[in-house]
Amino acid sequence: MVKTYAEFHQEGTTPEILFWVGCAGSFDQRAQKVTKAFVEILNHVGISFAILGKEEMCTGDPARRAGNEFLFQMMAYNNIQTMNMYEVKKIVTTCPHCFNTLKNEYPELGGNYEVISHAVYLQQLINSGKLALKGGGSFKGKKITYHDSCYLGRANAIYEAPREVLNALDSELVELKRCKTNGLCCGAGGAQMFKEDEPGATRINLERTKDILESGASVVASNCPFCLTMLSDGVKMNEKENEIEVLDMAEIIQRSL
Amino acid sequence: MAIVQQILFALITGTAIFFFYKKISEIRRNIMLGTKEVINDHSSERWRNVLLLAFGQKKMFTNPMVAILHFFVYAGFIIINIEILEIILDGLFGMHRLFFPILGAFYALLINSFEILALLVLVSVLLFLARRNIVKVKRLAMGELDGWPRNDANFILLFEVVLMSLFLIMNACDYNLQQLNHEHYAQTGSFVISQFIAPLFSGFSETSLVVLERSCWWLHIIGIFVFMNYLPFSKHLHIVLAFPNAYYASLEPKGKLQNMPAIQKEVLYMMQPELAPTDQAEAITKFGAKDVFDLSWKNLLDAYSCTECGRCTDACPANQTGKKLSPRKIMMATRDRLEEVGRNITANKSFQDDSKSLLHDYITEEELRACTTCNACVQECPVSIEPLDIIMQLRRNLVMEESKAPQEWNMMFGNIENNMAPWKFSPDDRDAWNT
Repeated sequence: MVKTYAEFHQEGTTPEILFWVGCAGSFDQRAQKVTKAFVEILNHVGISFAILGKEEMCTGDPARRAGNEFLFQMMAYNNIQTMNMYEVKKIVTTCPHCFNTLKNEYPELGGNYEVISHAVYLQQLINSGKLALKGGGSFKGKKITYHDSCYLGRANAIYEAPREVLNALDSELVELKRCKTNGLCCGAGGAQMFKEDEPGATRINLERTKDILESGASVVASNCPFCLTMLSDGVKMNEKENEIEVLDMAEIIQRSL
Repeated sequence: MAIVQQILFALITGTAIFFFYKKISEIRRNIMLGTKEVINDHSSERWRNVLLLAFGQKKMFTNPMVAILHFFVYAGFIIINIEILEIILDGLFGMHRLFFPILGAFYALLINSFEILALLVLVSVLLFLARRNIVKVKRLAMGELDGWPRNDANFILLFEVVLMSLFLIMNACDYNLQQLNHEHYAQTGSFVISQFIAPLFSGFSETSLVVLERSCWWLHIIGIFVFMNYLPFSKHLHIVLAFPNAYYASLEPKGKLQNMPAIQKEVLYMMQPELAPTDQAEAITKFGAKDVFDLSWKNLLDAYSCTECGRCTDACPANQTGKKLSPRKIMMATRDRLEEVGRNITANKSFQDDSKSLLHDYITEEELRACTTCNACVQECPVSIEPLDIIMQLRRNLVMEESKAPQEWNMMFGNIENNMAPWKFSPDDRDAWNT
């Protein structure tokens, strides 16, 4: 059981970090596994952390990007009220969309926190020696590829930290044809996740899956719950789900503890 | 006779500069139709962008081959302008190679480097023509360029071919005239490239050589004036606007969307009515952008800076998968609409409603809905244009002013409002995973 900020508050203590779970991490069955894996990592390093629990709300990212600024501002207002009440200082999140909104868009609305993506947090834990990965493990000798999410990648120029994390494994990191600044979107951003594609020749996730198949990797590392869904679907539609596993970075690290 | 030529030259120069100035003022006026946005922070970082992105063409170098060719044309353009200074002074004072006695040996070095550049420009431009018309590179052959945009691109390239050829032929004739000891032609000696063209004209009489040399000289300088005046009507304006556009480029992380303080305030007063001002006299604001007037001046500068290279569209995931959205088309549509508004203002003194708007008449809902906000277009643009910023402002207008959102988005909005999540789950279950 992860303690909530409210519970810490009642005890008169404050945790070191807030783990922002996000809507996908809270409700989506696949993303819940990522949430649990990340919690296990946090428990493993023994850091004091809390979640907002029922007090957490959507950051408003999909509403804002669909064009509904009112709804975004309402969600932001409520979240900032909650976090400022608890005097939150540092946030780590497993969703790059939440990360981007909390880090770049909340400050001018009155929410100033140190916000860190779980990919970068994992890199810091590994580099500082707080998180030791066991050699071998289930990824030994496997070809792993990394999919840059738009919101960690181009939106926030985080390219190296996640790769460093994957390089800490006993496996071979291969790059996709389109990667880093040139990375191809999975098709979910800008609130596309919540609607059908516009008419076109193919789906964006299938276009991206081509790159994955071409890379010859047996594991795809993702850092975003929406990319996770999109890429898993793409791999399934190519009937390759038995050969290629699409995993979040947190799951990969949790399996290597 | 010479004085007639001098007067004629002065008249042509004056006319060219006058019309250029007039058109540039019009463009400036059009850009200023946009909303005010003060951009004057972090000037050192901004100058750095001008150096790296505009002068250094940093982003072009993701494709080194094309970047080098483009750099030749660009360097040729800038550096050969020094030669144009001499040509203009020669023309005005009725002299020939005015700088030669002043610069001495250095003069030959200068002209030699211009000639080498001219040749490099010539070769590059021919390769560019081939890329557009023979190889048909995808982004340069797309249907959205049909008509004027495609012709515009080819005109410019052909223009460069003509200008560079005239320059080299002129020098070749000049050398032949030097050989004949024509008194007007200073003994500069042969130049590095034109010496190979000179033999072509060696059998010509002195008079024909003079006529040919003078014709090239006049056509070359008139060509340059024509080119200068063509520029503001063309996509080629990027050679000027890339510089200010790099200076005013956003320095924020690309993921950060522009805040809307009017709505922020409205939500604040709704949640904390005690903060609301008692005298409710706030002007009604329009949300998002419907027409060019609602975009910021930087968005409009973006539109004029676009050279329609299509790197944005090439990288766009929606476009790659056959959707209607093309970031380049967004920029072209914005410029076309702005030009139309500009013509309206020029004709009627002030803008007269033409019952058209950028949204719907130039850019459709379907295009706007296809965007994943992935920022690939912004990342790719060599001249710091942000198509995404325009897309987002139009989307805001669609949703908040026209209530036009796909049904699924309306459901998502409803879910966020009622369940604090974009899906239909009970907010009580938000921590159900934690049991």
